Amino acid sequence: MGGVAVGDRIYRGVTTLAGLAIVALLLYIAVEVFTGGWPVFRKFGLGFLTSSAWDPVHDVYGAAPAIFGTLVSSAIALVIATPLAVGTAVFLSELAPRWLGQPIAFLVDLLAAIPSVVYGLWGIFVLEPMMRDSIAPFLQNTLHLGGLPIFDGVSYGPGMLAAGIILAIMILPYISAVTREVLMAVPRSQREAAFALGATRWEMIRDAVIPGAKSGIVGGIVLGLGRALGETMAVTMVIGNAPTISASLFASGYTMASIIANEFAEAAGLHISALLAIGATLLAVTLVVNVLARWLVARVGVRYT
Amino acid sequence: MSGEIQAEDFSFWYGETQALKNISVTLPAGQITALIGPSGCGKSTFLRSINRLQDVVPRTRHEGAIRLDGADIHAPGMDVVSLRRRVGMVFQRWNPFPKSVYANVAYGPRVNGIRNAARLDEIVETSLKRAALWDEVKDRLRESATGLSGGQQQRLCIARALANDPEVLLLDEPASALDPLSTQKIEELLFELRGSLTVVIVTHNLQQAARASDHTAFFFLGELIETAPTQTLFTAPSDDRTEAYITGRFG
Ligand SMILES: Nc1ncnc2c1ncn2[C@@H]1O[C@H](COP(=O)(O)OP(=O)(O)O)[C@@H](O)[C@H]1O
Ligand SMILES: [Mg+2]
Repeated sequence: MGGVAVGDRIYRGVTTLAGLAIVALLLYIAVEVFTGGWPVFRKFGLGFLTSSAWDPVHDVYGAAPAIFGTLVSSAIALVIATPLAVGTAVFLSELAPRWLGQPIAFLVDLLAAIPSVVYGLWGIFVLEPMMRDSIAPFLQNTLHLGGLPIFDGVSYGPGMLAAGIILAIMILPYISAVTREVLMAVPRSQREAAFALGATRWEMIRDAVIPGAKSGIVGGIVLGLGRALGETMAVTMVIGNAPTISASLFASGYTMASIIANEFAEAAGLHISALLAIGATLLAVTLVVNVLARWLVARVGVRYT
Repeated sequence: MSGEIQAEDFSFWYGETQALKNISVTLPAGQITALIGPSGCGKSTFLRSINRLQDVVPRTRHEGAIRLDGADIHAPGMDVVSLRRRVGMVFQRWNPFPKSVYANVAYGPRVNGIRNAARLDEIVETSLKRAALWDEVKDRLRESATGLSGGQQQRLCIARALANDPEVLLLDEPASALDPLSTQKIEELLFELRGSLTVVIVTHNLQQAARASDHTAFFFLGELIETAPTQTLFTAPSDDRTEAYITGRFG
């Protein structure tokens, strides 16, 4: 009897310790990154976040281009990936016969297993030429969208749009997998209710399945967004790495993650501090996105009976 | 009067398992027929065949025919969507959509092409009245249906089915999860519906079948053992198995 109680206490002690260790680790990292970046925050103040001057030679640092690039490339990724991923998930869970659905689901999941650097290589050798020779000409000349500021100018291949497209492919399996799960979790009774009232299969999906899965779909999108915000390698390889803010998606840019990865090796002095300050900002942005996401998921959730 | 259902040698299989064996029966238009029998004897399978909801169950097949007013419901020319509009269904476990009371009742008419707001208002009111729910929800039409009590949700599901103005209403043990008072309300409203549409109700509750139906059909192990006016079936069953079941000797 005493043995059980002791075992219980040890178990509880170990798990509590493990839980606390995670919290401590997280706090420790956050504190280290913030103190490392502190000299830059002190020197430039809030201007660090809003200034677009990034000039290591003269030790002037503004994070705006990197913040802008992170947000824009992630937004492009979501705009492209969400409809594709939700469409794939609906197809796989509602329409595809098993013999077709299972192999396709496996392949989609496999997209998540491809290393980031391989996406980057594909981006350089396949996507960038395609961007320059087909996608940009198609948008500008065939669809006549060249007048829009976002499709203005010449595409040399690398740039914001290329980064967004790569990110879209990388986050698609996450959104799709989560969406598939939540679609399958919608009770059969909801589908039958719609069918029994004379809904077609499409109406049943639109009215009974998607609304019930909405919070999960939003959750999947947020998971994808979280991945996109922090993705480093592939983006660094295709975004062009220029600390500029341009309306055109064909122009080069930078993201918070890629600027750190690209410049850390040769940084010294205040430059290091500036990169740490960007790291701290990225941490904060990610935190805000996650909190927002939880709130959103809770808000759009539905309850059956 | 339309809404007569006729099964002719109707059999149904789940994979290799035969769940219905050569069912032949006529369910008269405008009357209430109760389907009784021990669990697993095929009542739900038969009921769900009438609106072809069984179509969506994978690896199943059928033989024989079911006719609605003489027309084979499996005929190539029969549109399953319009069949389901004409044959409404209510399930054992109430399943309102997580939408407003109004949106639930208006769902059927909307997917069947009615857009006019005044017309929808009218349908919603009539249907809720027919389901004896109007007085309880008329001030909360825009509130979520899932906030209603279980009995109210089930009557809402009846109203939702009635909103399509069906000729047939199928109910699969609609009151088995409800308290006696809610059950009584449902029985009463079904009685009110008599004459305006054909009602087919599966029930485990023999008193309910005896009280609330014109005809009773007894299913046993996938077969239809006998069908008779309810009074006759309960007082003078012609088959020993029927008698054994209604006197509680098995089931
Ligand atoms: N989806 C299904 N797959 C396989 N067998 C099923 C399925 N649904 C029902 N059955 C079987 O068919 C028989 C009849 O079931 P059912 O029609 O639900 O009976 P009841 O409604 O009278 O209880 C049972 O033996 C049951 O196990
Ligand atoms: Mg049943």
